[in-house]
Amino acid sequence: MTVTDVAKVSPPSPRRSLLSRIKPEQRWPLALLAVAVVIFLFYYVDVYVEGAVAPQFHDFMSRWLSLKTINLCMVWVMLAVGLNIVVGYAGLLDLGFVAFWAIGGYTAGWIMSGFFYQTKVTFFTSNFVRTQDQPGIHMNFWLVLIVAALVCAFFGILIGAPTLRLRSDYLALVTLGFGEIIPQVFRNGDKANLGFNISNGTQGINPVDSIRFVGFDANGTPTIKDLGPFDDLPRFGIFVFLAAVVIFISLRLREGKLGRAWLAIREDELAASAMGVPLMRTKLAAYGMGAVAGGIGGAAFATHIAAVLPDRFKFDISITLLAMVVLGGMGNVWGVALGAFVLSWFNDTGLPRGGDQFNSTFGTNINFPAYGFFIFGSVLVLMMLFRREGFLPEARTRLVLREPERTEAESLGAELEEQAPELEALPGDELAGPGGSAEVHRS
Amino acid sequence: MTQSTATITTRAQSLAQFRNIVQWVAGIAILAVTAFWLISALVDNPVRFFNSAIAGLQNGTLYALIALGYTLVYGIIELINFAHGDLFMLGTLFAGLMITSVFGVVVSGANVFGWVAFFIALVGCMAFCASINVTIEFLAYRRLRRAPRLAPLITAVGMSFILQGIGLVWNGSTQKSDWSSVLPAGAFNFGGVKIEYMWLVIIAVTAPLLLLMSWIVTKTKTGKAMRATAQDQDAARLMGINVNRIISFTFALGGALAGAAGLMYQQTIGTTRYDLGFQLGLVAFTSAVLGGIGNLTGAVLGGLLIGLIQGLNDGVGLGQQWSQSFVFTILILLMVFKPTGLLGHASGEKV
Repeated sequence: MTVTDVAKVSPPSPRRSLLSRIKPEQRWPLALLAVAVVIFLFYYVDVYVEGAVAPQFHDFMSRWLSLKTINLCMVWVMLAVGLNIVVGYAGLLDLGFVAFWAIGGYTAGWIMSGFFYQTKVTFFTSNFVRTQDQPGIHMNFWLVLIVAALVCAFFGILIGAPTLRLRSDYLALVTLGFGEIIPQVFRNGDKANLGFNISNGTQGINPVDSIRFVGFDANGTPTIKDLGPFDDLPRFGIFVFLAAVVIFISLRLREGKLGRAWLAIREDELAASAMGVPLMRTKLAAYGMGAVAGGIGGAAFATHIAAVLPDRFKFDISITLLAMVVLGGMGNVWGVALGAFVLSWFNDTGLPRGGDQFNSTFGTNINFPAYGFFIFGSVLVLMMLFRREGFLPEARTRLVLREPERTEAESLGAELEEQAPELEALPGDELAGPGGSAEVHRS
Repeated sequence: MTQSTATITTRAQSLAQFRNIVQWVAGIAILAVTAFWLISALVDNPVRFFNSAIAGLQNGTLYALIALGYTLVYGIIELINFAHGDLFMLGTLFAGLMITSVFGVVVSGANVFGWVAFFIALVGCMAFCASINVTIEFLAYRRLRRAPRLAPLITAVGMSFILQGIGLVWNGSTQKSDWSSVLPAGAFNFGGVKIEYMWLVIIAVTAPLLLLMSWIVTKTKTGKAMRATAQDQDAARLMGINVNRIISFTFALGGALAGAAGLMYQQTIGTTRYDLGFQLGLVAFTSAVLGGIGNLTGAVLGGLLIGLIQGLNDGVGLGQQWSQSFVFTILILLMVFKPTGLLGHASGEKV
């Protein structure tokens, strides 16, 4: 859906049509907006206007692209864009990003539910909580987002701090270690294991408050209400807005002084520091900003499933996020967002539903979701082998990733005679898609 | 001008001094807490203490075998081979299949046929894991030797995922525990402290393997070539060493050790699952770092130490549910304060 619409918008047509007058840097935001509006309108009509959508089409859409799936994909987009700041911008391999998902989620769980039943604090929260006089801390969702972002930024800096002096592979391991420790702390964080309760242990925090926002009543008229489990349409609006905010922030950051410092560090740490880039502060800022996006995504996810469940925060989430960043093109925000959408859709709907379809068509009995690991691993390996810069690369990233590190080129044991063709092939990409479409998509 | 430079230098120096002092104090504090904990646990319940220690050492032997695979590969091409733990997992699956399906051993317990099956399976597992490891190196890592560091690292993570996927498809997502063991059950009992026969078998298999490894690396011509390649690949190539073949051989060696560890894990612990390798692999990597990565003796020492620490933690410390956090905390502290590991400085040579 997204892919086709984007393709319609992106290539400049030879006539001076309306589309060609859109500035290149506005294409992606407009495409996002257009797709979001189309989806929103479709589902509005689908849900609230009787008989407007043909039943077959309704079935098809609810099977292959349901609102729940899209909302989930939006959460993944926020997180992947956050990880992109750390991995894509600053070049710091983070294998424990799931920690921020967990921290963001639990922050939402703490201040948006009856978890702290000893107290009773409410702040512009859902009608249900106010009228029923529920115990616990109940904050407004938007405030929760800010708090989650701040808490995650704090932890991001805390996690980033010890890794500053490390080399890239050790750094990956330390982040991986934190990505294992933090979810385990949440998993074990009940009275029996810790002596005091921080997370309800394996039960998780359930339920998390609903968002009070503009929703639709039974006739489709907008009203302010608590968004229940079936109000996916308003939640879709909120999540798209949040994803857009995260994307906007990371795009603006990239243009600024901080973003340029990140890119400099990614490309050559030593040279960057010689040019006066403060390494420590810049790296910590990357961790912090990445974690902010992670916190927003985590809090959004907590309201998406209306609970915080510790079983979810596993290592494979970190790797899936990394695959999204790599697939889309490290450093290119729109590529990463698209990669995240496609992969999370694939993971959530494409693989199981497509597998069912395959099994029923060919009468086989293959457990397709079991191949998820295999497919995500293959994505990482094949991308690294054949298209290291991702499908929608940034010109700059491509150069960096194609270029061997000259200081280490000789010592890493490659066949030296192979060096010439690849170095010559640097500017023109022999591996680019048909028609060099990568160039067009570049933002 | 000069004055300001001087102040900057002194400030930097004092900062470094301060950092050193903090590191020393933190290190001594951690050691003191650990010592206190150990002694109190020992005094409190010596039998339980020694039993946990022995259980830990038993795991530690296997960690040492896996850690050697990490350290060999890191020593020679400076790559953290994330897929190594999952290779070990495939080894456990292969071992279980070989013992149970190929040899049809259904009744646990030792007999002559069981021993024959065990040693054939040992060779089979070692060959299996070695060939997989060599294939991975050939297909993926070899092409990325000149790439920026991020690329092979991500490839290794992807490979780890692929192997997990193979394990998942091969064996399903449940714990496999109905595979029989051919090793003798039972234990020596020293006043409550139990030493299982199985563990003695593990030692009896592992020790010759380690000696053989050490002999290959230090005494043979191939070993010399490995060391030369680790030091300087270009110089090694100029000396007529086939670098690619030596790197493949290193991967084969590491894979074979992982295969042996896989068989022994399957035979002693008895359960396996597709995600086993990831967790154990990280623990083993921590061992390699603890010993000083690239250092063979260090890997064995680190494996035994980490096994001991983990065993003590599980038995008399925080408990099994904190096992991973405990090991990773050690890993992070090590990485931050002493990335060279215990033996990293002591021996200059790698591999």
